[in-house]
Amino acid sequence: MRLAILRKLIGSSVPLFMVLVSCSHGPLLYGQTLKGLVGYVQPKIVKIMGSGGFQGLEPYQTGIVISQDGYLLTVWSYVLDSDVVYVTTDDGRRFEAQLVGYDPRIEIAVLKISARDLAWFNLDSAGVVNAGSRILAFSNLYGVATGNEPVSVQQGIVAAKTKLSARRGAFASNYRDQAYLLDAMTNNPGAPGGAVTDLEGRLLGMIGKELKDENTGAWINFAIPIGQLADSVHEIRAGRMVVQAEMNTRQPTEPITCQLLGIVLLPDIFAKTPPYVDRIISGLTAEQQGILPDDLIIEINGNLTPSIKEVTRQLSQIDRDDEMEVTVQRNGKFLTLTLGLLR
Amino acid sequence: MIFEKRTNIRLIACVLILFIWIHACELLCGVGRADDLAAQESRIAAIALAMPAAIGVFGPKGKGGGSGVVISPDGYALTNYHVVESSDSFMKCSMPDGRLYDAVIVGMDPTGDVAMIKLLGRNDFPVAQIADSDRVSAGDACFAVGNPFLLATDFQPSVSWGIVSGVHRYQYPSGTLLEYADCIQTDAAINPGNSGGPLFNSRGELIGINGRGSFEKRGRVNVGVGYAISINQIENFISHLKGGRIVDHATVGATVSSNSEGEVRISEILESSDAFRRGLRFDDEITRFGGREIQTVNQFKNVLGIYPNGWRVPITVVRDGSEFETIVRLSGVHSAERLIEKVQGPPPSELPPENAPRKRQSERQDLSSTPEEFASMFVARRGFANYYFNKLQRNRVWSGFIRHGDFTKQNFDWRIKGELEDQDVTIVLASKQSGIQIGDSVFVLDPERDLASQLVPPKSGGLLVALHLWRKLLVSGPSRFGDVIYFGTIPDPVRDVQNDALVATTESVECNFLFDPSNQLMSGMEMYPGLNSDPCFVRFVDYQVDGNWAPQLAPLTVPREIRFSFSGNPERIIKVVQIEFLEAR
Repeated sequence: MRLAILRKLIGSSVPLFMVLVSCSHGPLLYGQTLKGLVGYVQPKIVKIMGSGGFQGLEPYQTGIVISQDGYLLTVWSYVLDSDVVYVTTDDGRRFEAQLVGYDPRIEIAVLKISARDLAWFNLDSAGVVNAGSRILAFSNLYGVATGNEPVSVQQGIVAAKTKLSARRGAFASNYRDQAYLLDAMTNNPGAPGGAVTDLEGRLLGMIGKELKDENTGAWINFAIPIGQLADSVHEIRAGRMVVQAEMNTRQPTEPITCQLLGIVLLPDIFAKTPPYVDRIISGLTAEQQGILPDDLIIEINGNLTPSIKEVTRQLSQIDRDDEMEVTVQRNGKFLTLTLGLLR
Repeated sequence: MIFEKRTNIRLIACVLILFIWIHACELLCGVGRADDLAAQESRIAAIALAMPAAIGVFGPKGKGGGSGVVISPDGYALTNYHVVESSDSFMKCSMPDGRLYDAVIVGMDPTGDVAMIKLLGRNDFPVAQIADSDRVSAGDACFAVGNPFLLATDFQPSVSWGIVSGVHRYQYPSGTLLEYADCIQTDAAINPGNSGGPLFNSRGELIGINGRGSFEKRGRVNVGVGYAISINQIENFISHLKGGRIVDHATVGATVSSNSEGEVRISEILESSDAFRRGLRFDDEITRFGGREIQTVNQFKNVLGIYPNGWRVPITVVRDGSEFETIVRLSGVHSAERLIEKVQGPPPSELPPENAPRKRQSERQDLSSTPEEFASMFVARRGFANYYFNKLQRNRVWSGFIRHGDFTKQNFDWRIKGELEDQDVTIVLASKQSGIQIGDSVFVLDPERDLASQLVPPKSGGLLVALHLWRKLLVSGPSRFGDVIYFGTIPDPVRDVQNDALVATTESVECNFLFDPSNQLMSGMEMYPGLNSDPCFVRFVDYQVDGNWAPQLAPLTVPREIRFSFSGNPERIIKVVQIEFLEAR
């Protein structure tokens, strides 16, 4: 009864749980448990499975439920670059997700699953905090949780709120704006797309990708403040952003191969074996359309091919019904040829 | 007017509540600070309580090492198997009191990555209080104590505070042995050197043994993901470890997989397994196991991972819409020889003679590291981490039992008269020949022949063989019976107690003799005539002191009921009327 009055007084938009939590800050910090709060946030987090699984690219990441009817916020990454992306909700149900759209500038994506009655975060009532604030981070780091297992929770402090200057490999990250830098080890494999909340369970930010500091090369742990991405999410949901059809660099089901063309490259023995043509099989496309032994393949369809692996990869993107432009180096000169199995 | 008055009262009430609310908020902020201080005090108190039991474990010749925690005043301590794996049998351990102690290996659990060692030289070591780790939840405060990067040259361990990130985590085996099932995940910093050290809850009670981190891309440093073996799992194994054994984890003899509907079903089952004999079949859906709901394969593996082999665990399956529950006996994950080989290398006879023998655990002993005064506390025997502790436990159980009467002082033949469901029963147990008469039927056992082929009376699973071996153990004692080892504890199939088990092997027959730790009496025995057979299970009930049967000896305590069952049949009861002891013929 008293709780009902309390609820009326402070407005029904805030869950009662938060009120009770906010009355007991101190004990929460070091105290016995954050169990209730953790159990309140975990159902709003999902596990996302997609492509990857090789060369240190984990095929999973995390997502935040942002509507009751199944809209999800996550990072835009190779994981979503898959014919089928699976989403597992906190109760263990598994869904096929549709990509609603993405914003490559800040590397976020919005997915949709056909679920109802999900626990969710309202991006419009997300919180804003400053350096020194205590936070909790929720994610499926290392893919530890499967099925209905709850995602992992970590604690930490906002160490700084500043512009991100980070890189992935040699490339600067797309996102260069305000970020919460965290003292907790949050940005692990699988964690991107997870939620950072305050100790009242209010959403503050989304855990970003695994990045290194541009200057020091140290792994950094950070989250993108919700305020930085909410507008983009609204645009995507309103259909004013890049749509699904354009995003999937889908591989053809029957790609072209060197064998089909009649090209035999050097044995691929180094990390980056230069793609020299060793020999040409007579009577096939390559011979008929002008490729010669000792040609060095420089580009395929305008993409540089510095290694045999890259040639193989580029070819795997081309359907065998399609034509392609191949640039080769022959006797010190570049030569561009158009090849096609059907020509 | 009345209406207006009411409005006024409402208004006043609202203002009043608002006023109180605002002030309450202010008060609460103040309280918040006070709570912070109080929380800090309680944190300090928890660390002060927990820290003294934490130890550093040092590898041989100053190489490597890890952490550990003392759990009994006489010095039994837990650490990781991978910490002591390459150690000598004796090692040095530091304590926060600044002293260095000798310690000896006691038991090993290579699959669960746990080892037990014993610190020597004191009987009043500070110990960790043990909590119920099943009550730990994600979000609970916790802290790790240990020796990360082996920094503690003054033996003062490091403390790292964090929260529990997840519970009931399953981590796949690394290599072939190490499997972390049902473990606790924490963001408290776990670094190399923390291995084997304790994880405490916010009250300073032990909830797990830190063992593993997700060290992948970023080198071997903390990435905010550490795993601790739950103390509840370890407690299932503690008696087994104390017995100096290399213990094994368990399998049900079936593999399970989940399908698209999220059901966990049996995808393969061995026909030789106990699970098959209990009625489990291919494609049965498993809904409960070990008292827990099963919805994922990980949950199933979590339950399986916490039990030693030989334990019995309830399982519920659904087939064609109907549910049934049974209890399955778990068997070892590894064949005994394979597990031993992993730990101790191949048996000597298999070593190619031209090669220098590989250093084995039992032969690793660097004599210079053996403290002279404790040298007798390590006895090498293949298959044991330290056979000394097996004999110690076996003798503890046996000497507790013979306090009630020592049958080894005589070698009489026994004649037991009783009743079995309105029929007279006479059982004669003797070294040369045993027999049983039930009503008019007589069955005889010739101990010279293979016991496993003489399973009489019919449908008893070999009651006469069991009783024959029962007498043999009682009159010859474990040292003359044959090979008798201390196994550890096994839950009583009927009562809610853990029995100490001695495993006695003769030819192909294996017997588990079960002793009730509350009174040290033999509460029952299981006689297995072969590896893949159901046992004849015998319970000895209603012990009474009987001083009359052999006046020349001290009074003996004998059971007044012998109950037996086989293969899930209902238990049958022999009411003992008289036990006579006759001069051996």
